[in-house]
Amino acid sequence: MSGVSEAIPQMSMDGGRERMRNSLVSILPFIAIFAIALVLPFFTNDYWVLIATRTAIYWLLVGALNLVVGFAGQLAIGYVAILTLGAYVTTILSGGNVLPPVPPFVALFIAGVAGSVFGVIVGLPALRLRTFYFAITTFGFATIVTQIALAWQSVTGGGIGLPGPEFPAPFNSRLGFYFFCLACAALCTWMTANVAHSRFGRALIAVRDVEVAAEAVGISKARLLVTVFIFTGAAAAVAGGLFATLQTYITPDAFTFDLSILFFISILIGGRGSILGPMLGTIILTLLPEIAAPLATWSTFLYACLLLAVVLAMPGGIARLLDFKSRKPLDRDRAIVPRASAIVEALQSVQMREPLILDGVVLSFGGVRAVDGVNLEILPGEIHGLIGPNGSGKTTILNIISGYYRPEAGSVRLGGAALEHRSTVVRAGSGIARTFQTPRVVGEATVLQNVLIGGTIRGRANFLETLFSLLRHRQDEERFRAEGLLALRAVGLSDLADVRADRLQHSELRFIEIARALMGRPSILLLDEPAAGLSADEIRRLGQLVKQVSQCGTAVLVVEHHADLIFDICNRVTVLNLGQVLAKGTPAEIRVHKEVVSAYLGG
Amino acid sequence: MVASILASGLAVGAVYALIGVTYNTMFSASRVISFTAGMLGMLGGVFGSLFTLRLGLPLVVGFLLTMACCAAVGVVTEFVAVRPVLKSLDQHLYVLSTLALSIMIQQLTATEWSTEPQRFPRLFDIGAGIFDEKFWLPIVACGVAMGALEILYRHTLVGKAFLAIAEDNFAARALGLPERNLRIASYALAGMIGAIAGFAGGELLLAFVANGSLLNFYGFVAVALGGLGNNRGAVVAGFALGIYQQAANFIVGGIFSSVAVFALFIVLLLAAPQGLFGAPTVRRV
Repeated sequence: MSGVSEAIPQMSMDGGRERMRNSLVSILPFIAIFAIALVLPFFTNDYWVLIATRTAIYWLLVGALNLVVGFAGQLAIGYVAILTLGAYVTTILSGGNVLPPVPPFVALFIAGVAGSVFGVIVGLPALRLRTFYFAITTFGFATIVTQIALAWQSVTGGGIGLPGPEFPAPFNSRLGFYFFCLACAALCTWMTANVAHSRFGRALIAVRDVEVAAEAVGISKARLLVTVFIFTGAAAAVAGGLFATLQTYITPDAFTFDLSILFFISILIGGRGSILGPMLGTIILTLLPEIAAPLATWSTFLYACLLLAVVLAMPGGIARLLDFKSRKPLDRDRAIVPRASAIVEALQSVQMREPLILDGVVLSFGGVRAVDGVNLEILPGEIHGLIGPNGSGKTTILNIISGYYRPEAGSVRLGGAALEHRSTVVRAGSGIARTFQTPRVVGEATVLQNVLIGGTIRGRANFLETLFSLLRHRQDEERFRAEGLLALRAVGLSDLADVRADRLQHSELRFIEIARALMGRPSILLLDEPAAGLSADEIRRLGQLVKQVSQCGTAVLVVEHHADLIFDICNRVTVLNLGQVLAKGTPAEIRVHKEVVSAYLGG
Repeated sequence: MVASILASGLAVGAVYALIGVTYNTMFSASRVISFTAGMLGMLGGVFGSLFTLRLGLPLVVGFLLTMACCAAVGVVTEFVAVRPVLKSLDQHLYVLSTLALSIMIQQLTATEWSTEPQRFPRLFDIGAGIFDEKFWLPIVACGVAMGALEILYRHTLVGKAFLAIAEDNFAARALGLPERNLRIASYALAGMIGAIAGFAGGELLLAFVANGSLLNFYGFVAVALGGLGNNRGAVVAGFALGIYQQAANFIVGGIFSSVAVFALFIVLLLAAPQGLFGAPTVRRV
């Protein structure tokens, strides 16, 4: 124990230095891009300043939209709708053709507020609709907004249009306005980076790639997405206000669907889950038609070709091309070595220790009674094995405890309190964590990020604090990182913390899931076939790991087919057959139980 | 007024219904919802006008050539945007690949054909007023196409094979059905249905590049409300949508009618994401 605690400070000091270097390397490209942007006006002419201004405005929108498309994986192809709204709101309010005129900055602010409301409206269907359905609804919004702008002549000027807003000095000059837009773009980059490297950003990619696991760790997709839609809507509308100023005169024609396509494709060409990639994507797509004038009429065609090429040949986008770190080969004979002391440290703060009780639980799928009146009691600190032939209802019971299914009869209680059914996201708050039969791990995120997803609900900083990187956000991240590394040490994967998870072996993914579950400080841990696909050596280590977890007071329910592992580690075993409890008892009793031997174990 | 609402509503409804069937035909064969469905409808009008008016070919030849070209576009869709992403269907890359292809088709048409609506020839010159052929032709075309599909699916071996891969792809392959060829054939078939929609609706909608995304949207509304993969649902929903849209058109005026359609679409879809005639989705865990 003492040896370990000595080793840790040294490790974290080395880690700290390396982290500093890594974060420097990762922000270097951004500094370079903005430095070039800053000196650009002094080396080029007004025309290029105009292009650069437009790029900055686009990036203001695309950077925020990146959270929706790149991180949350929502196929929002119609965000030009919010750009249009922001442009018209700013123009109309500052122009005073309907109401008394307000100062342009106030108008821009009001546009941002309107944009955040509209952003939620546009995004809301995403909570119920998936992929193509959501894509087509955002497309519909884009069409509708342009049509309204065209039809509502008394306010928008219809097809004739309106003169755009003009900002007061010093922002009314070409250069002044450029630097203002650049500042907005930089602010947007910083904010989205803060979100991306927070529990919110990790929760977004969890919702994108492993939605079921995201629910199990307590991430509420609805709340998370609405929060992000508010931010993205506001940024897009502000971008609209700036766009209107840049245009000097706006008509509905200025807001073609092609613009929406540019925003959307910039992100996908850049790569999902990256910030630098989409930024480069935006720059490239905006500059492309300028560099080669003959391409201008074909620009949208070109974007589409690029999109197709990226989808078919390079799904990771530019970000994957620039990901040099992931090209280094991994150590081939690495081993998973769980550390008992780290498990103790990770679980010492677990508070609630109450028995989990299933009482007469029944659930049918169609005519099949998958679970038929099961009683089960799992005590703190015990390892309870759940075995039985395929289709006997083991995983279904786990899913009932996790809240994915509501039992038709019977109750699930934790201590004295009944668990609310049909609400998976509250389970993590009750101290229930789980793993899955097929590991549900975000392949494009690092191992550490995957583990940190498990701690999402324990963060204290809210979205606004995260956006501006306030103290509580920084404390959260510091603590998360330490705890995540601790959880990785506990399961024996600390060497792989910064490796992308899709480069790992199947067995290692199983241990990542356990580390993610430990991040939730569970009082009840549900393991669904944790030994499937593991080598004999790894199964032995898994057994020790699970034993250690239970010795810390956490109850473990294991569904498993490896009879040897079950009989080795479990305190009690329940055998299911056709949805009913066939036998209960200690491993020694079960091993010789006549019916169990004939139904399942074999003679 | 009621008569003209019904006439124009049923006519555009028939086109939406056929585009819905185009979506479904591609979906049944591959589990892919493709953004090219509406583009095929648009191309039906554009190719029709190109062959018969610009090149002056006889109507029948022009129609057959239109069918052939749209079928070819369907097959290209399968090769370029569908087959490469079928392996990872769960990542929904098809949304992006078919979107990319549809943008390419649209841009190519806009540049090589015209960005303005172009005239479509009068085919038979029968009827006037609300019984004008531009109103009844799409309805008849929809009826004939549905009848032909019914015969194909129920009474021919190839049609039954289509149904088999739609029902259970793996099982169909295990039985030795040439799944890949059937998929290509399905995409060609989808192209022809889109061609019929565009050709029959040509006099009503003209040969206009912007019809592509319009038909994409309204055709998908028909599919979504009728239930994905359900042709009869798409036809019922398509006609209902057409009448509703034209009624809104006459009552609140052109542009707000699309707002009315969109609002209804969102509300209905949020209330019943599986569509009005579809089955609820399956388990996830």
